[in-house]
Amino acid sequence: MDNAFTFFAQQMLNGLTLGGLYALIALGYTMVYGIIQLINFAHGEFFAAGGYMGVILLSYMAGAGYMDTHPWLCIGFSLVLSMLYCAMLAMAVEKVAYKPLRHSSRLSVLLSALGMSIFLQNALMLTQGVYDKAYPGGIFGAPFEIGGVIVNYMQLLILALTAGLLVALNFLVFKTRVGRAMRATAQDKVMSALVGINSNRVISLTFAIGAGLAAAAGIMVGFYYGSVRFEMGFVPGIKAFAAAVLGGIGNITGAMIGGFIIGMVEIMAAAYIPYGGEYKDVCAFIILIAVLYFRPTGIMGENVDDTRV
Amino acid sequence: MTHGFRKQLLYFMVALVWLFALLWPLLDINPDGTLGFWRSFAAWMPIAVAGSIVFVLYQIRQAGWLGAPARMLETGRQALGARLSLIPAWVWFVLIAAVFFAIPQFTDRRVHDILIQVLVYVCLGLGLNIVIGLCGLLDLGFIAFYGVGAYTYALLSLHYGISFWLALPVAAFLAMIAGCIIGYPTLRMRGDYLAIVTLGFGEIVRIILNNWMSLTNGPNGVMAKPLTVPLPMFEGGFRIEEVALRSLGDLYYVAFFLAIITIIAVNRLNFSRIGRAWEAIREDETAAELMGVNTFAFKLMAYAMGAVFGGLAGAFFAARMGFVAPESFTFLESALVLSIVVLGGMGSIPGIILGAFAIIALPEVFREFQMYRMLAFGGAMTFMMLVRPAGLIPAKRMGKRGEEEE
Repeated sequence: MDNAFTFFAQQMLNGLTLGGLYALIALGYTMVYGIIQLINFAHGEFFAAGGYMGVILLSYMAGAGYMDTHPWLCIGFSLVLSMLYCAMLAMAVEKVAYKPLRHSSRLSVLLSALGMSIFLQNALMLTQGVYDKAYPGGIFGAPFEIGGVIVNYMQLLILALTAGLLVALNFLVFKTRVGRAMRATAQDKVMSALVGINSNRVISLTFAIGAGLAAAAGIMVGFYYGSVRFEMGFVPGIKAFAAAVLGGIGNITGAMIGGFIIGMVEIMAAAYIPYGGEYKDVCAFIILIAVLYFRPTGIMGENVDDTRV
Repeated sequence: MTHGFRKQLLYFMVALVWLFALLWPLLDINPDGTLGFWRSFAAWMPIAVAGSIVFVLYQIRQAGWLGAPARMLETGRQALGARLSLIPAWVWFVLIAAVFFAIPQFTDRRVHDILIQVLVYVCLGLGLNIVIGLCGLLDLGFIAFYGVGAYTYALLSLHYGISFWLALPVAAFLAMIAGCIIGYPTLRMRGDYLAIVTLGFGEIVRIILNNWMSLTNGPNGVMAKPLTVPLPMFEGGFRIEEVALRSLGDLYYVAFFLAIITIIAVNRLNFSRIGRAWEAIREDETAAELMGVNTFAFKLMAYAMGAVFGGLAGAFFAARMGFVAPESFTFLESALVLSIVVLGGMGSIPGIILGAFAIIALPEVFREFQMYRMLAFGGAMTFMMLVRPAGLIPAKRMGKRGEEEE
């Protein structure tokens, strides 16, 4: 195997890992947009809050010594707890900032969402500090090599967990009663209410699921990069939104594919384009603008009846 | 108060309490497992106290205990309003301008500094007002134009020694070009998409400023020359000399001049044919287009005009600070300007001036709470949308869009 191919395969793996994380965040955007046509600006903050909740729980358990004896149990426990916590947080934010504005203009709801985002981000900064918080390291052992490609156990875990969550979500949305209610509400709120679906409950649930997925992504980002930061929700949030738009907003499969594409393009741009590393954050924006300009319904098509674009 | 509303309010309160209850654990546990209740206690106490006071006042008003004094106040206000409306508007304008003109003579450096900042944000707010308030386009990357203006002046003065007054139109022009470049591909989108794309563009401009080392010196920033004014000199023969303004009191007058220009320009635009076209687009874009308004051209013009005022403010900012760096042009600055417009009232010039005072000057007065500034803005933005979406001083010519049916 030659060097160029190994390099490419390495970048491919990194891109897949990053893309999986974006996909997890993008799902929250796309589900919320699909159901109430709102860009949930605070979504990136749920991602950051998940990361922080993870570091709090893990450090606490490491301090108590459980981390050395049962590392996987600790990770699983903090993952589940953070997801639950962020789900509840998202439901609370929805009730406070979005639900009273259900019948106001879109601009009002958008500004309210933006206000919530700034509020949560600054709440995190004020109380958890301005500096990075380090995740406990050294749990996953040394990376190994397959044909010259260096594989980190963390990357495998991220890929496995992402795949698992995506399959679970697909099952939930397309195979269960709750999922059917969600899809019905996304299609027509009035009609679904007439056939006995409690749309408020469905909307709450949508927020909760999206935030839970974002929280999982937050913890994995914490492990992958070794630390979390109060403003970490902002840029990944926009990129994930770009992914959601790329896949066709409101379309769950599209958001997953879009996430992987955005992650892949970002990594490849950093690796192959000169100065790409410095401008890699621009890639997602350019993709976003290009998609909105040339194909506003995204690659998979929109699932919502929307005349806005 | 109807039963349904009371029930909704109750739900809302429960949800609010729930939100704060949920925020507690995140806020009060340090990663090493220790608890830090006192720290966030200091943060939440003022919020809780202010919230309770507002709630109690609201309840008192609902109970009708304030009926008699409120009625007296209302009749008095109406009588006063009738009396005052006889005075033409320009008298007010001149009076307020005179007060502002005189202020630096009686105050110290700190007040000058705050006032200059307020005036810069008045310019920015009014520029953004054209885009959001008049034309109804949500622009979350407005600070990019501020950055373009600031860097234009800094680089021109550094490399070519061009004075502030010559650089000012160049900065405005370049900001306008930037506005057109950003506006052209994005203005086909509506509402939410436009918001997120402008946000993306704002970030792109910041990233470029941060990484284009050969032009902008990257994160290290650029030194800008101080602001100069040409003054006639009579010692040893008549000549005109560039005198650097170093005292804040003098700079205040420049900021004041820029703010007055902006206020007059935005006011004239608002009540012109262009302003009416913008408002028609804001109220109903499809209807405006059917009535023969070239929506794309007018939207692009709104963008460019907004950018012009952003560029002017930026050039002044660079001259006043003597230094520009990319970190002055983050998304939070955009959000700050946006909250000025939202708080003051979209489309309302007096509202935005009041908003700039509230958001820039108030935190300076309460210095101890400086850290909670952005937290309060975020909360205030949501709160304003919930209780008074039209802002503190709502615009007179605002259609029903504020309470759209859906």
